[in-house]
Amino acid sequence: MKNKSLVSINDFTREEHIRILELAGAFEKRPKQRILEDYVVATLFFEPSTRTRLSFESAATRLGARVIGFSDSSSSSVTKGETLRDTILTVSNYCDIIVMRHPKEGSARFASEVAKVPVINAGDGANQHPTQTLLDLYSIRKTQGSLDNLNVAFVGDLKYGRTVHSLVQALCNYNTTFHLVSPLELKLPSAVKMSIKERNLEYYQSTDLQDVIQKVDILYMTRIQKERFADPLDYEKVKNAYVLRNNMLINAKPNLKILHPLPRVNEITSDVDDNPMAYYFTQALNGVFVRQALLASILGVVE
Amino acid sequence: MEKEILRKELKVSAIENGTVIDHIPSGSVFQVIKILNLTEYQNQLLIATNLDSQKMGKKGIIKVSNKFFKSDEINKIALFAPTATLIIIKNFEVVEKKKVEVPDYAENIVKCFNPNCITNNEEITTRFTVIDKADLKLRCHYCEKITARKNIAFR
Ligand SMILES: [Zn+2]
Repeated sequence: MKNKSLVSINDFTREEHIRILELAGAFEKRPKQRILEDYVVATLFFEPSTRTRLSFESAATRLGARVIGFSDSSSSSVTKGETLRDTILTVSNYCDIIVMRHPKEGSARFASEVAKVPVINAGDGANQHPTQTLLDLYSIRKTQGSLDNLNVAFVGDLKYGRTVHSLVQALCNYNTTFHLVSPLELKLPSAVKMSIKERNLEYYQSTDLQDVIQKVDILYMTRIQKERFADPLDYEKVKNAYVLRNNMLINAKPNLKILHPLPRVNEITSDVDDNPMAYYFTQALNGVFVRQALLASILGVVE
Repeated sequence: MEKEILRKELKVSAIENGTVIDHIPSGSVFQVIKILNLTEYQNQLLIATNLDSQKMGKKGIIKVSNKFFKSDEINKIALFAPTATLIIIKNFEVVEKKKVEVPDYAENIVKCFNPNCITNNEEITTRFTVIDKADLKLRCHYCEKITARKNIAFR
C-alpha cells in the first residue's frame, strides 16, 4: 500500500482492507509509537469537519508526525480564488501525505492525480469517505469476530447517506445478508443495490425497524434529515418510526451491536447508551486506530 | 428507397475522397461537427439536416472531403449519434460502410451531469467509463456518479 492514495473504498482490495484492519488492531494495543517522527502530514479541510480532522490529527500525532494544514477554506488562500490544482501542487511540496476533505465530489480523485504525494480522502461531498467505511468494518469485525456471513441492518436515510452506500459496497465482499429499513422516500438507490444483486446476496427491504432487530448482528443507524423531504408533513409521519429505544432491544441477539456514524440527534434515545449493545462511541474511537494504520502503511513504515 | 435517396444525394454533392457520416439524428449534427473538430476544417465540408429518412423520420448528413477518421476518433460521435453510419469514399466509389460503435471511455467530450462534480467547478478534463453501451450509461471517473443517455451533454 506504500504511496497508494485512498480515494474510494474500492481503491483497496479485500486483502488490503483486512491488512489495514489487522494493523489497526495492533495500534489499538499500542497506540503510541513514534514511527512517523520524520514525516509531515497535511490535513487540508476545505470544509469544516472537526470530528474527522481531530481523529486524523490525533492518529498522526500519536505516531510522532508533524501536522500542518487548515481547518476550513476561509482561513486559506482558497478564498482568494486559488484553484484546487494549485493548492495541492503547492502543499505537496511541504508534506509527505495529504489528508483532504472537500465539498465537491471527485475533488479527492483529482487531487490524487495532481499531488506528488499520496492522498487520503476524508470526504468528497456526497461521494466517498473511505476511512469511515474502514472504521465501520473494523468495528464490525472486532465485535463479531469476523466480517463473513453476517446479518446487517441499515436503518434511516439509505438514499443520501454516503456512509451507508460505501459500507454496503464494502460488505458485498463478505457474503452479508442485508436488511434495508427506511421510509419509502429514502430507499437505497438502485446503483448501490446493484452491487448487492451482482453478488447474488440476500437482501430484504422494509419500513419496520422493530421487526428486523431480532434478526441481525449489526444495527447500523443513521439520521433522517427533515430537508430530505419535499413535504414537511411526510417527514412528520416517519420521523418517530426510525428511533431506536432501549425497550425495543429485548429480543435482540446477544451479539448485536449498534453502530452510528455520529453525530446523533434523536434517532437513538439516550437510554440505549448504557446498553452493552451500544457501540457507537467506541466506533468513533476505532477511527483513530484505523487512521494510524492507514498513515503508517501508506507512508511505508509498516508493511 | 433509402439507398436511392442516398445515391441521389451523393450525386448532387458527391465527394471524390473522404468520409460521409449518414443517419445522424437531425438535432445532433452540429454537436458531431464540434466533436470531430470540423468547425475550422479547411477542405470541402457539406452539411445537411432535416432530410427525410424512412428509418429515422428526419436525419442529418455530413460529408467531409479528404478526411479519413481513426476509429477511436469517429466513435466518440456514437455518444450523441448512435445511429450514425460511415461511408468511406475513394475516387467517388464507396469502399467501406460501417456503423459507429459506442467507445469504452469518453475523454473530454461529455459534461458530468452532477453539478457538484469537481469537473464542473474547475478546468479539468472529464473522463468517463461507459458502463452500459446499449442503454448508454457513463460513470464519471471523478465523482463516480452515472450520467445516463437523457442527461448527456456536450462539454
Ligand atoms: Zn462527475
